[in-house]
Amino acid sequence: MRKPEFIYVSYIETTPERLWEALTNSAFTKRYWFDTEVRSDWKVGSPFALVMGDKTTDTGAILEADRPRRLSYTFKHQLFEEMRNEPATKVVFTIEPHGKIVKLTVTHEGFIEGSKLLGAVSKGWPAILSGLKSLLETGEVLAIPPDALGIEGFD
Amino acid sequence: MNIAKFKPAIVYTIYIASTPEKVWQALTSAEFSRKYFFGNAVEVDLKVGGAYIVRTPDGALHISGEVIECNPPKKLTVTFNVNWPALVEKLGPTLVTYEIEQTGEAVKLTMLQSHDRPLSDDILSGGRQGWPAIFSSLKSVLETGNALTIKMAPPQRMLAALKQLGIATP
Repeated sequence: MRKPEFIYVSYIETTPERLWEALTNSAFTKRYWFDTEVRSDWKVGSPFALVMGDKTTDTGAILEADRPRRLSYTFKHQLFEEMRNEPATKVVFTIEPHGKIVKLTVTHEGFIEGSKLLGAVSKGWPAILSGLKSLLETGEVLAIPPDALGIEGFD
Repeated sequence: MNIAKFKPAIVYTIYIASTPEKVWQALTSAEFSRKYFFGNAVEVDLKVGGAYIVRTPDGALHISGEVIECNPPKKLTVTFNVNWPALVEKLGPTLVTYEIEQTGEAVKLTMLQSHDRPLSDDILSGGRQGWPAIFSSLKSVLETGNALTIKMAPPQRMLAALKQLGIATP
């Protein structure tokens, strides 16, 4: 039986350094991450937060920050009651040069069996990472309406 | 074919700045598919029961199947059997479904690779390696006009697992 986790791979025409910046610069994330700012000083042990408008949706701590190769943080949902009670999970970004492009692997793991959070992030990551790829390759924001994701409460 | 007992083993979703018609064409046209599908060409007779074929760049038959569901430009389901002796006999048929949905100004494309029995992670590693590269490049072609050059080694883990099952691979 496969453990409950979500893995997404995307190939992007960019450089590892630009991709790292895109994942860690709050002004940049606001443009593709559904108006969400990532907040951290990206030092191991430092706090991490996702802030959407005036709401902190998720929090954690930096586990690894090997610029521009590997970034990981703990990830605990804060907004919705049902998911707020689930234990902290872990997100890992792996950035690998692949010829003239970059391979990005996002692994989100550590979910309990039957996790609601896993269902939500499985719908969220493809939209976020599609928007990230578009913005890096075309300079244009991909307009995806939040309610298209089918995440309860996210619209 | 009764597809009720098939369950998705691999799901990949990607959002593309395009239209459902253009995404449909990208998935079903030989000329377009060559740009993003490792040079392979999709040839499909777009009606239920029609042939679905993928040819390698040298014209050899790589995947053969038939159209199970065809609802342009929203849904296409095909059998997707790699043309290796004993593969279907040992693992059963592979089903691939594309779902295309307009979401605001973007198109949501979801691919589901389904099987009628549980398959090992070793066997599924081939699809898990290949699909993200195919769809990343498809998205780039539609949004920028340029495909990505993604050099990919053969899926060794899957090939080793197939060999163990007595399935001959190139």
